[in-house]
Amino acid sequence: MKRSMNLLAGFLIACSLALTQSTEPGRQPKPTPPDLAQGERTYGTECSFCHGPKGEGAVGPALAVPRIRRAPTDAALFQVIREGIAGTQMPPSALTPAQLWQLVAYVRTLGHVEQSKSTGDARQGEQVYLAKGGCAHCHTLRGHGGAIGPDLSDAGARLDSEFIRASLMTPEASIPRDFMQVRLVTKGGQRLTGVRVNEDSFSIQIRDLSNQFHSFWKSELTELVKENGRSPMPSYAKTLTPDELENLIAYLESLQGN
Amino acid sequence: MKLSFILLTYSAVLFGQVPYQRILNAASEPGNWLTYAGGYQAHSYSPLDQINATNISGLKVAWMYQIGVPHHFETEPLVFDGVMYITEPPSDVTALDLRTGRPIWTYRRSLPKGIIVCCGQVNRGLAALDDQLFLGTVDAHVVALDMRTGRVRWDVEVADYKAAYSITAAPLVVKDKVIVGIAGAEYGIRGFLDAYDAKTGKRAWRFWTVPGPGEPGSETWSGDSWKTGGAPTWVTGAYDPQANLVYWGTGNPGPDFVGDDRQGDNLYSDSIVALDADTGKLKWYFQFTPHDVLDMDADQVPVLLDAEFRGRPRKLVLFANRNGFYYVLDRLTGEFLVGKQFARQNWAKGLDGKGRPIWNPEAIPSEKGALVYPDDDGTANWFSPSLNLKTGLFYQNVREKGAIQRRTRMKPTYESGRLYMGASRLPIPGEEPWGALRALDWKTGETRWEFRVHTPPWCGVLSTAGNLVFSGTMEGDFFALDAVSGKLLWRIQTGGAIWANPISYQSEGKQYIVVSAGSSVIAFSLPQ
Repeated sequence: MKRSMNLLAGFLIACSLALTQSTEPGRQPKPTPPDLAQGERTYGTECSFCHGPKGEGAVGPALAVPRIRRAPTDAALFQVIREGIAGTQMPPSALTPAQLWQLVAYVRTLGHVEQSKSTGDARQGEQVYLAKGGCAHCHTLRGHGGAIGPDLSDAGARLDSEFIRASLMTPEASIPRDFMQVRLVTKGGQRLTGVRVNEDSFSIQIRDLSNQFHSFWKSELTELVKENGRSPMPSYAKTLTPDELENLIAYLESLQGN
Repeated sequence: MKLSFILLTYSAVLFGQVPYQRILNAASEPGNWLTYAGGYQAHSYSPLDQINATNISGLKVAWMYQIGVPHHFETEPLVFDGVMYITEPPSDVTALDLRTGRPIWTYRRSLPKGIIVCCGQVNRGLAALDDQLFLGTVDAHVVALDMRTGRVRWDVEVADYKAAYSITAAPLVVKDKVIVGIAGAEYGIRGFLDAYDAKTGKRAWRFWTVPGPGEPGSETWSGDSWKTGGAPTWVTGAYDPQANLVYWGTGNPGPDFVGDDRQGDNLYSDSIVALDADTGKLKWYFQFTPHDVLDMDADQVPVLLDAEFRGRPRKLVLFANRNGFYYVLDRLTGEFLVGKQFARQNWAKGLDGKGRPIWNPEAIPSEKGALVYPDDDGTANWFSPSLNLKTGLFYQNVREKGAIQRRTRMKPTYESGRLYMGASRLPIPGEEPWGALRALDWKTGETRWEFRVHTPPWCGVLSTAGNLVFSGTMEGDFFALDAVSGKLLWRIQTGGAIWANPISYQSEGKQYIVVSAGSSVIAFSLPQ
């Protein structure tokens, strides 16, 4: 009996050692500067090829964002890096739990967003958004609004105030991915400008500037121009007062998603 | 007549056997698809002409089979004796009834955790011999299955999957051996090509694609860099029975993108090797991209051809390389005959008289970032070209895509099972990559025509005696072109990206065209 208890105890210890030493995440350690440095090194060799040297995104999605959709928590990020994502090019990793935590800590620094620099009033900014700015015509908030531009429901979680300011002043400087402006003419003489929803070798689908969806076979068009670097969004540099602009930035920063 | 046909079909389904002679004479069975790329010469060409340029507009879906797995579905089916054999990602096999598309059996491989594959847990197909099928797995085993039941005859480890060895390519059967290539160069493996006894699974030979100390070619690796030198063999090769030579492409050296610690040409990375099929001994090699720092794997399908060339009959190998050049070599000696650029590239200023590239130093990855065409996915890749001797054209899908290759600040250091590369890839701002199916004059590599597609493709090409060329797009379009003019004749939206080589077969007197799209195998035929 005693022997079997000893065996059992030995077995349990062996199991727990095996778990902590090999595959279990264990408790997330507080990262030290050497941990972050090691995480950066690991990022450089393991991650940067697909996610960009600074997490700006390339083949893989951007990681320099406050909230990574597939990995909103550190534990989830640990899991995604360790297991990979089936059906994508994100492979599982052979890193040890300690190395994984160092990497998680470093990846989180990529998405660190400075606290709001805007001095504006978010409540007044909401009025600018809805009224003078006319933003809802093109952008969505919590499922309502247009779809010519990106959903802004979590703009404050994704974008820092400098980026928001620059986008409002000079929209062409940073056209969001998947919102390419196109101009086309049909054989019937119809002229349309809009954003590309989808395209393949034979057809194109667009949303025009009044949010109407259109689908064309390319053989139906006499002209199809991809206006790289152009945006349907107007600059607000002259149409808003400095106060209105700051208030609008403060409002957008306050949008944190669900 | 009908009864005897049915009996023949029925008995063939039950007792189907594929002796080596059948594969050798695959051209005499145009209704079947007995080996990868359709035959040892790897032409990916079908002599069937029932579906042709005059009736293609009537082509319809005959049946579909869905796998329900999220990985890229890259299988090239085998078809014979009333059955289609496909692989499903990651490492499964299903036999389908040709008449209905219904499954007969499935082999599901139980995989260990922690499989490491750089670019997706995929599989591109099988090899058959006698009553067995051969599968390479992502955990780096080769498995022999009873083709009637899918049950395992033998299962041997090729290499250690924990060190990131994996198999994604279809094996190639030659005589009584199963030849198997390996992947994993992004993780610092040492590459090889293996042959196994088809009956027992015992290894017959191994050719190391990175020579060890003292072996010829070892002088092209500085220090101990050969140990992690890469040069994988992850796309199926071709075979010349008269010369008894196996031809196989090899991939990038390790570490990827950074050559500082592997000074030299790094043989036999980015090469084609010609090996004695019985012994695995090297007969000759030709290296397309010496001392590669751009991931220019020569893992493409070599296409063999006996033809009159510059006034005399020659045995040739045609090779449309990932690096943007089309090559014609003498396949008995490896002599360089033609090297012609067939897509945008800036990494080489050209080729010298022996086919050796003259590197453009500005395209070498730097910390600042180098603008490189093509990017490391290459101009060509694993997807098969098609050679059609009726038109004299070599049909190749081409990826027109560059990148900014930026070298990482830290030098890569090798650790088993970890990525071993030293660059990142960024898109070129404002540039939309695109693609084209190009018809090259096989003798010169000159482009005769092209059919543009929206984005760089990952689909192979099939041409047929019906004057047709079939291929597909990442947006799910599967299409047929006039093989002479390149004019679009037919298309269908399949609803899923096409990452596979199309094939053709005949069943009960009817020709079918088959391709995998999304997670479906789709068979097309003409209505009754």
